Amino acid sequence: MGFLKVSSPHAHGPMSTARVMRLVLLATIPGLFSLTWFFGFGSLVNVLWASITALSFEALALKWRKRPIGFYLNDYSALVTAFLLGIALPPGSPFWLIMIGTGFAILICKQLYGGMGYNPFNPAMAAYVMLLISFPVQMTTWLAPQGSFAGDLLGPIDALRYCFGFGRDSIDAITMATPLDVLKQNNSLLIEDLWQESSQFGQFAGIGWEWANIGFLLGGMYLLYRRVFTWHAPISMLTSLTVMSTLFYDGGSSASGGSPLFHLLSGATMLGAFFIVTDPVTSAVSNRGRVIYGALIGILVYVIRVWGNYPDAVAFAVLLMNFAAPFIDHYTQPRTYGHKLKDQQGGKS
Amino acid sequence: MIELIAQNPFLASLLALVGLGLVFGALLGFAAVKFKTEGNPIAEQIESLLPQTQCGQCGYPGCRPYAQAIAEGDDINKCPPGGEATIAALADLLGVEAKPLDAAEEAVPSVAFIREAECIGCTKCIQACPVDAILGSAKHMHTVIASECTGCDLCVEPCPVDCIDMLPIQTSLQTWHWDKPKPAEDLIASDRGTTKQSGAAV
Amino acid sequence: MRKIWDIHGGIHPAENKHQSLHNPIENAGIPPQLILPLAQHIGAPASPIVNVGDRVLKGQMIAEAKGFVSAPVHAPTSGVIAAIESRVIPHPSGMSASCIVIDTDGKDEWIAHQGIEDYTQLSKIELVDRVRQAGIAGMGGAGFPAAVKLSTRDDKPIETLILNGTECEPYITADDILMRERAAEIIAGAEILRHLIKPSKETLIGVEDNKPEGIAALKKAAEGTGIEIVVFPTKYPSGGEKQLIQILTGKEVPSGGLPSDVGIVCQNIGTATAIYRAIRFGEPLISRITTVTGEACGQPQNYEVLLGTPVQYLLDKSGFNKDNCIRLIMGGPMMGYTLQDTAVPIVKTSNCVLAPTVAELPPPPPAQACIRCGMCAEACPVSLLPQQMYWFARAQEHEKLENHQLFDCIECGACSFACPSNIPLVQYYRASKAEIRQAQQDKIKAERSKERFEARTARLEQEEAEKEAKRAARMEAAKAKAAAAANAPEAGKADIIQAAIERSKAKKAESADPAQAAIARAQAKRDGNVEEESPQEKTERLQKLLASAEKRLSAAKEKLALAQEQQNENADAFATAVSKTEEKLAAIQKELSEHEASLAPTKASPASDNADPAQAAITRALAKRAGANADETDEDKTTRLQNTVASTEKRLSAAQEKLAAAQEQNDANVAAFATGVEKTQAKLDTAKKELSDHLATLKTSSASEAVASDDPVQAAIERAKAAREAQANMSDADKIKQTIESLESRIARTKEKLEAARAEGDDKADLLADSLVKLEDKLAAAQQTLSET
Repeated sequence: MGFLKVSSPHAHGPMSTARVMRLVLLATIPGLFSLTWFFGFGSLVNVLWASITALSFEALALKWRKRPIGFYLNDYSALVTAFLLGIALPPGSPFWLIMIGTGFAILICKQLYGGMGYNPFNPAMAAYVMLLISFPVQMTTWLAPQGSFAGDLLGPIDALRYCFGFGRDSIDAITMATPLDVLKQNNSLLIEDLWQESSQFGQFAGIGWEWANIGFLLGGMYLLYRRVFTWHAPISMLTSLTVMSTLFYDGGSSASGGSPLFHLLSGATMLGAFFIVTDPVTSAVSNRGRVIYGALIGILVYVIRVWGNYPDAVAFAVLLMNFAAPFIDHYTQPRTYGHKLKDQQGGKS
Repeated sequence: MIELIAQNPFLASLLALVGLGLVFGALLGFAAVKFKTEGNPIAEQIESLLPQTQCGQCGYPGCRPYAQAIAEGDDINKCPPGGEATIAALADLLGVEAKPLDAAEEAVPSVAFIREAECIGCTKCIQACPVDAILGSAKHMHTVIASECTGCDLCVEPCPVDCIDMLPIQTSLQTWHWDKPKPAEDLIASDRGTTKQSGAAV
Repeated sequence: MRKIWDIHGGIHPAENKHQSLHNPIENAGIPPQLILPLAQHIGAPASPIVNVGDRVLKGQMIAEAKGFVSAPVHAPTSGVIAAIESRVIPHPSGMSASCIVIDTDGKDEWIAHQGIEDYTQLSKIELVDRVRQAGIAGMGGAGFPAAVKLSTRDDKPIETLILNGTECEPYITADDILMRERAAEIIAGAEILRHLIKPSKETLIGVEDNKPEGIAALKKAAEGTGIEIVVFPTKYPSGGEKQLIQILTGKEVPSGGLPSDVGIVCQNIGTATAIYRAIRFGEPLISRITTVTGEACGQPQNYEVLLGTPVQYLLDKSGFNKDNCIRLIMGGPMMGYTLQDTAVPIVKTSNCVLAPTVAELPPPPPAQACIRCGMCAEACPVSLLPQQMYWFARAQEHEKLENHQLFDCIECGACSFACPSNIPLVQYYRASKAEIRQAQQDKIKAERSKERFEARTARLEQEEAEKEAKRAARMEAAKAKAAAAANAPEAGKADIIQAAIERSKAKKAESADPAQAAIARAQAKRDGNVEEESPQEKTERLQKLLASAEKRLSAAKEKLALAQEQQNENADAFATAVSKTEEKLAAIQKELSEHEASLAPTKASPASDNADPAQAAITRALAKRAGANADETDEDKTTRLQNTVASTEKRLSAAQEKLAAAQEQNDANVAAFATGVEKTQAKLDTAKKELSDHLATLKTSSASEAVASDDPVQAAIERAKAAREAQANMSDADKIKQTIESLESRIARTKEKLEAARAEGDDKADLLADSLVKLEDKLAAAQQTLSET
């Protein structure tokens, strides 16, 4: 008769993986805009070059693995990795640094594990941490934000030139320690004095950084509204970070770890909360699990920022919790209809 | 004495090592006595994984002897009725590498059927059946209790008139079920876009 | 306002319900042929009670329920049974099953049926029985026999009766239109259900808020009845029984349990209507409301359809355009299954036939990788983790699947609907459930096979051991008997073992060592002191031996008979013992006859001198016995045979009694008893035959003898004389001729018997035929020898 023989359900919802990924890409726009506004075109060039290399690596890997290339490139997941890595790297990073990063992320962290859905670690964060450990100088050289120095911002042409290795020396003129760095190095000044002394501090945190974070927060709100992910992980991470920084905030002594607001709007906090922690592949699966997962990341971020060796900590915290995700899943299986929670936990092995 | 040892590092390390060896040896010996397990439970565990067709295709007279043999180091890939699934389970249990099946093909689950018109009532199949799943007496027609038949094949050979068939077990309305979808991620490029979908169970 | 609980998850697929609600319910009419599957419900299929060619009337039961969880099937209209055969049924597999096919005659003639005005007059049992006889099965989709749900148990008091008018699946409007048009019937059905179940707390009808007209109609009809219409927000799958219970009461049905475990009974509103019609008008379930919809149908519509109506008939009525349609769905787009064949009939559970266009429900795109986004877990109404279960299903990790409560999955399809990667999750779960069930069954079967195998091995070993023991015992017994035979008189001793020892010693002393005896005899001879056994002594000795051997033989035979009667395992051993003893007996007889033959010439002269005729007669009789048949006398034989027949008959009847008893008690030994009876029967037959043969020969021989004598001694003498004369006179040829004659007469008799047996269809016929063949063989052999001599 020529009718299809398929298992129910026959209807399908409007959501597709590609659409999820597109929404995530769309949601990075406000953050990317503020980064460009305050630090010049360096981040945009990062993202562009990272996208090109990531897609190439992805295509290469798929070819090696004899998988349909177009089908998988269409899911935009490589592009999301590229965007996140490009944003996380310091603006104006050299091309090879970016390339090594995307190569590591796509080939090692993603395709080697079996492609999208199979990777235990967030590829962008794993690549970031790898680069941070391997190339500490390049990775900690951040451009000075607009208004903190006299010179011009990095224009598009300059950004491209810097990226591909022409006139790299001149870029050092406009680099500056990040507020998190400054705070970490500080051991003599009160926070108030530090704020006045260093030009990179802005209203709440760093000049450009606070706005970049607000941009990513906006993007995250949009994704929440579009139900791309649930509130559990990001909100719980931000809450635990706030709680930690409030508990340990001593009102601004020289040994202070910074105010809650400073932590919320510094570094990669918002990017992490809404674009990294929410990565479904590597996070816990149940809502309860995601609350725990997010909360632990928040705590780890504060701990590493204030007492650890690195100024920013989102990447480390996320990677550490990626390890713990299966463990969390094991203990947070939701109570199924018609079961008592005890029975269910007891029934597990 | 102690001084001698203290002054002689070689002696000290020798003594330390021997001492450690003695202590751990004693511990192990104690554990071996204290936590001794009776019999050979591994053979039992192996047997519980075997399909119990008692067909002897492994070269042993039944599943139990084969389980014993595996426990004593025989290969795990000699059970055609169990097939890859059994090999995987055994490999899992014993922590060894799964091997390909040591037979032409996996045995299709089947059930013996006696063409009753041709049966001469010789009782040879009854004697061959390892699970007493054939009924009948001398000079009377025999029949197979299908629910007890393990599909082992052993009755086919002795039948002098070749009236026993091994019929593969048919899917019935009660046993029918959807097949698992073919994972589309493993599709090759050319499979895309055709109307035959991954969800279509053939 | 009553409290409404929420279920976890759920989705909001496009409803698409308005299309089929433009028109009221239309009667689909009577198609030329109706196909009624015997299994339209959960449980055992019904069993046909009509034959092909029968004329049936509308409402006539054509298949009866088989067992408790089952439902009968009725003829939806009048017509003739065209066939009872396998037809494609509505089932996802597209397979066939037994159906009754009716060629309708268009007269739509009702069978006599009667309802009751006031159902309260009937007892609960009678009412439930009426529901059962009406063949009502849950009409919401699962098809659970309604009467089973109504048979509530006293130990599970029911608090709440819920009628399910949720109809949460997109497209389907069968319940919606039922509420709009037949609200009064629903309420009347609800009243009956309430009367039957007597919920202690409340009766609720749950309806989603997307059916305002239906709700209004129901509310109006329910005024003053105390039945509450509960309206709650639309969300798929609120209409699942467990989900509805949670929404309305906040209670959860325990996993693996029934709603009655939490004091709830749930019925579909369509079922309620059917129950009302069955009780009030006595109409069985022969039609239902089915939605035919989808964009490939020109006029989506709700039909009142006779059960058994082919889908094609409904599609034709609805302006179905096949070219637009690539899948045909029985049920809704979420849980319905695809049909391969439009010839399948509408059954009790068919609430919808959905014929969507390609654009409407496009074929599923290839699945992408799972990104563990958790949208499926968000959608799952029973709080499972579908993404985890998907991984486990792919990896065949059955144990983990069960730990993740795979079997609580209701297969609603919400997870697959929500999955952004288009993974057919539900199909994975269905396949995995089947795999796990199969694995469990295989496990059980393997266990049983193992048990049977072990039992068999043990039995064989035991048999072997018993045989061994028997062999040993037999050897012992044979030794003991030999000893006893050697020294019979001493058997009176109290200590048997002692006696046996004594006997064996005595025997040894007497004759055990023939060589020794021979040496002794030779020495004696040499000494000139000839002390050899005199002929008389030897005769006496041999006769004594003969007598004792006969005694042993009869004893052995008795034992054998006893053993056979008791189905003793030693029967075989006894049989061999008997045959051995017989051999021995024959040997002794031979020796005796030889001895007497050698004596005969010497005796001939003394015999003439001997005045005592009795002595002579004895001698002659002995001679005859030795020379001729060397066997028992005819009288003896007759009595013996008669005895045998009698005892065999006794044994047979005993065996038959035992068999009957065993059959009554379903004993496992029935087969063994049956063989026992057969064997005894066969023996009886041979014994009877032997007896009759013997009698026949007796007749002929006695006729020829025809010597009358009063004195038995005289008679014996006469017979002995005659026999000796006959013996002496008869040449070999004559002997053979005699044999041939007797054989011929026997053949003739056997033939007669055979014919009689065949005429009566007796089992003996075969036996007789066998013996006939044997006799004929013998005859041929005898004729051969005759012609040769």
